Amino acid sequence: MPAVLARPWPAFLLRKVFEFVLALLALVVLTFIMVHLVPGDPARVIAGMDASAEQVEATRGRLGLDRPVLVQFWDYFVGVLTLDLGNSWRRPTTEVADVIVARLPFTASIALIGIAITVLVSLALGLLVAGLTRGNRNQWLDSGFGWITASALALPVYVIGAILIVVFAVNWGLLPAGGANQLTSYILPTTAIAIGPICSMSRMVRREAAVVLEQDYMRTARGWRISTARQYSKHAVPNLLSSTLTLSGLILAAMIGGAIIVETVFSWPGLGRTVVESIIERDFGLTRGIILTIGALAITANVIIDILLALVDPRTLRAGKALT
Amino acid sequence: MTTVAVADVQTGSHSPARERRLNPMLAIGLGLAMALVLVAIISPMVLGETARELTGDMRQGASSEHWLGTDEFGRDLFARALVATRLTLILTTAATAIAVVLGVVTGILVWMMPERIRNFVLTANAVAVAFPGLVLALVVAAILGPGAFSATIAVGIAGIPAFTRLAANMAAPIMVREYVGTAKQLGVPRPIILARHVLPNLGEPLLILAANSYAVMLTELSGLSFIGLGVQNPEYDFGRLLADALPNVYTQPVHVLGPSIMIVLTGVAAMFIGDGLAARSNPRLRRAVKGRRTGTLLQANESAAAKSAAENDDALLVRNLCVTSAAGQQLVKGVSLRVKKGEIVGLVGESGSGKSLTAMSAAGLVPEGVTASADELRAAGHDMLRHPKSGDLARDVALVYQDPMSSFNPALKLNSQLTEVSRVHLGATRRQARLELAEKFAQLNISAPERRGEQHPYELSGGMLQRAMISSALVTEAKLIVADEPTTALDVTVQAEVLRQFVGAAERLGAGVLFISHDLGVVEALCDRVVVMRHGEVIEELTCDQLTAEEVQHPYTQKLLDAAKFTDVSEETEANNA
Repeated sequence: MPAVLARPWPAFLLRKVFEFVLALLALVVLTFIMVHLVPGDPARVIAGMDASAEQVEATRGRLGLDRPVLVQFWDYFVGVLTLDLGNSWRRPTTEVADVIVARLPFTASIALIGIAITVLVSLALGLLVAGLTRGNRNQWLDSGFGWITASALALPVYVIGAILIVVFAVNWGLLPAGGANQLTSYILPTTAIAIGPICSMSRMVRREAAVVLEQDYMRTARGWRISTARQYSKHAVPNLLSSTLTLSGLILAAMIGGAIIVETVFSWPGLGRTVVESIIERDFGLTRGIILTIGALAITANVIIDILLALVDPRTLRAGKALT
Repeated sequence: MTTVAVADVQTGSHSPARERRLNPMLAIGLGLAMALVLVAIISPMVLGETARELTGDMRQGASSEHWLGTDEFGRDLFARALVATRLTLILTTAATAIAVVLGVVTGILVWMMPERIRNFVLTANAVAVAFPGLVLALVVAAILGPGAFSATIAVGIAGIPAFTRLAANMAAPIMVREYVGTAKQLGVPRPIILARHVLPNLGEPLLILAANSYAVMLTELSGLSFIGLGVQNPEYDFGRLLADALPNVYTQPVHVLGPSIMIVLTGVAAMFIGDGLAARSNPRLRRAVKGRRTGTLLQANESAAAKSAAENDDALLVRNLCVTSAAGQQLVKGVSLRVKKGEIVGLVGESGSGKSLTAMSAAGLVPEGVTASADELRAAGHDMLRHPKSGDLARDVALVYQDPMSSFNPALKLNSQLTEVSRVHLGATRRQARLELAEKFAQLNISAPERRGEQHPYELSGGMLQRAMISSALVTEAKLIVADEPTTALDVTVQAEVLRQFVGAAERLGAGVLFISHDLGVVEALCDRVVVMRHGEVIEELTCDQLTAEEVQHPYTQKLLDAAKFTDVSEETEANNA
């Protein structure tokens, strides 16, 4: 092994790249197998129940399902590498990659805005509650926070979405109930997918902050007579970042799920609605292309989070992950 | 759908004093769950007809006849919301069962595999946990086609990795324990070891995670029905009902109420059970603290303050300092102290004697949970009872703490921490502050001073960190240094060197020093005067000469002195041996 790989960072990055490639490979295999696990004959499903035997065979030929499985996989694999995901099985003239390019920005934008809101609000809220309940003060806030977050965690995105629509779009007419035509269209969907994650993350931040605030180094910071805001933001937050980042990886995964659902509530023109429609239509070409894309994004996001984690807390370089 | 089952799982801490009471959250959760199960059993029998019956009253709002209105076929929506409970609960329970059983079995099975395979499976599982559960569910739904059955399987499978991780993690510490090693040597087969030792420990964390997952799976399953991949017409669960109601939200907003409330109630029941169980297995010490704010410093006696000389040259002057805990217990009972400029005063006593509280309160840093009052309190010329400017205090009063390792923030570089006062209060630029700090590092014999600032605390030794802390006092030219056992946590071999640097620094500044210690030997070598505290009171004050000559009055001081002698002897022998 070259000496450079014995150093923490190169070794760490190499391991991450290896994991990343492996996970992507697994995803490609999974999405390929998916089509072949369909009970019955995919070509028959696509051609229709009342199609003649010749029509079914023609469909099979069009979809390339008549070739040996390994050849099909190789074609699919090469296609993925060259970003050519083939055509829709239902609409042979539509390229899957085009659909994804057109729809992805809408899904990615609400997921990213959602996670950004979640991290910022959770850190502020968790720290605030932890600070106010120090030394068993403000018990009402302590229990109130627990009850409210536990209840709000039971609210699914689509229920939150429905409530938001009823209140802000129907009753008050303040914000658009659906579509992505203007900037204000982003407010309700991102709020809907952020509320649940804010509850789980702010609970975690509060729990961790309660420990951090009692540490000796916080007393040291107090000894420098800097403002409470600076004590918290500069001296407490960095010690909360590694657990916050770790959790935000999990939350991002859940948030992608939330985005898929919330698109139906708000008639959002993203990948989520498209993938659901494709599953209902049994358009396997489109389904596997979108699942591959969403999965690859989730894996990439997690690798980025792991690297950020190592930057924030260099000790994780040696131990692998901070807390899994 | 956006919720993550983050269970407050406390792994295997079985303290005997654990509270077994039903806490309110758990009680409400269980009560709700029972009510919902009853609704699931009874409502299809009683209201099944009403829920199916097509009437002429189509798309109505709320009325006394139809509490939540009627759908497009004139069916009563209140009845439908209740009847849907049965199918929803059955599907969610089935999905949870799939996840729990397969997850736990996998998590335990990995411990019967060779290490390489186990590591591979666990790594793959870690990736799967971080993979969107709904996307996994979509894969299964795509394979099996839309429907209640495939949605249940899909959600169940997507939930497996979390349980695999929990079971594998719970098994890990048990598998390396001694008695398991003994059992292995005795030839007990692994499956029996796992069943006997791992499963019993798994119970509580598993229940907590299962309850939280139940809430998550409920939203996922209803979510799949909601987007059209789950329960199909004419069957209906909560998600299906909501999906039917939402398109008409502008005309009949009341229609979304029934399914929404039912989903939330079911989810709340599961969440509360999970949280309640977690709180019960991990009871925090909860003693409610009522009344006044703590962490404050009060004027005890107006007239007494007025009598004192307005200005004096002392580094520290304390008169009648009392510290009281929030529960009303007197921790420091009327202590008076004086540290002149350039003087080093030792404050000694056993732990719990109130010496640290006295020192911190004197520096204006009354800890959370106690209140302090004094007739007079002046530190570095500032009247601490009159809220002096924080910038002045930060500059003039420096603190050195007991354990340098824990007193430094592990997440920040030394520069970032030690230049706080110069940058925040003294208006120095970042560059200026760093240069100054490096200069002081050099004065205190810290090796490679210009490089140290860019390092994290864990990269330095304890002795070096403590000198770095002292250097921040040098930077601001402090007039009073409060040192709380600055060498106790250090290695014996570096203690002397750090003390020398400390005294040197204080002399250079001409600052007064309040030096807290439990070691009379160190104090004798260092201090001009000694104040002995016990049970929150000053019992004796001596000059250093008196101490050397052992002219002590109080038997307690004598005892401390004897203890110090004993340590001295042992240190000497150590030095001789080395």
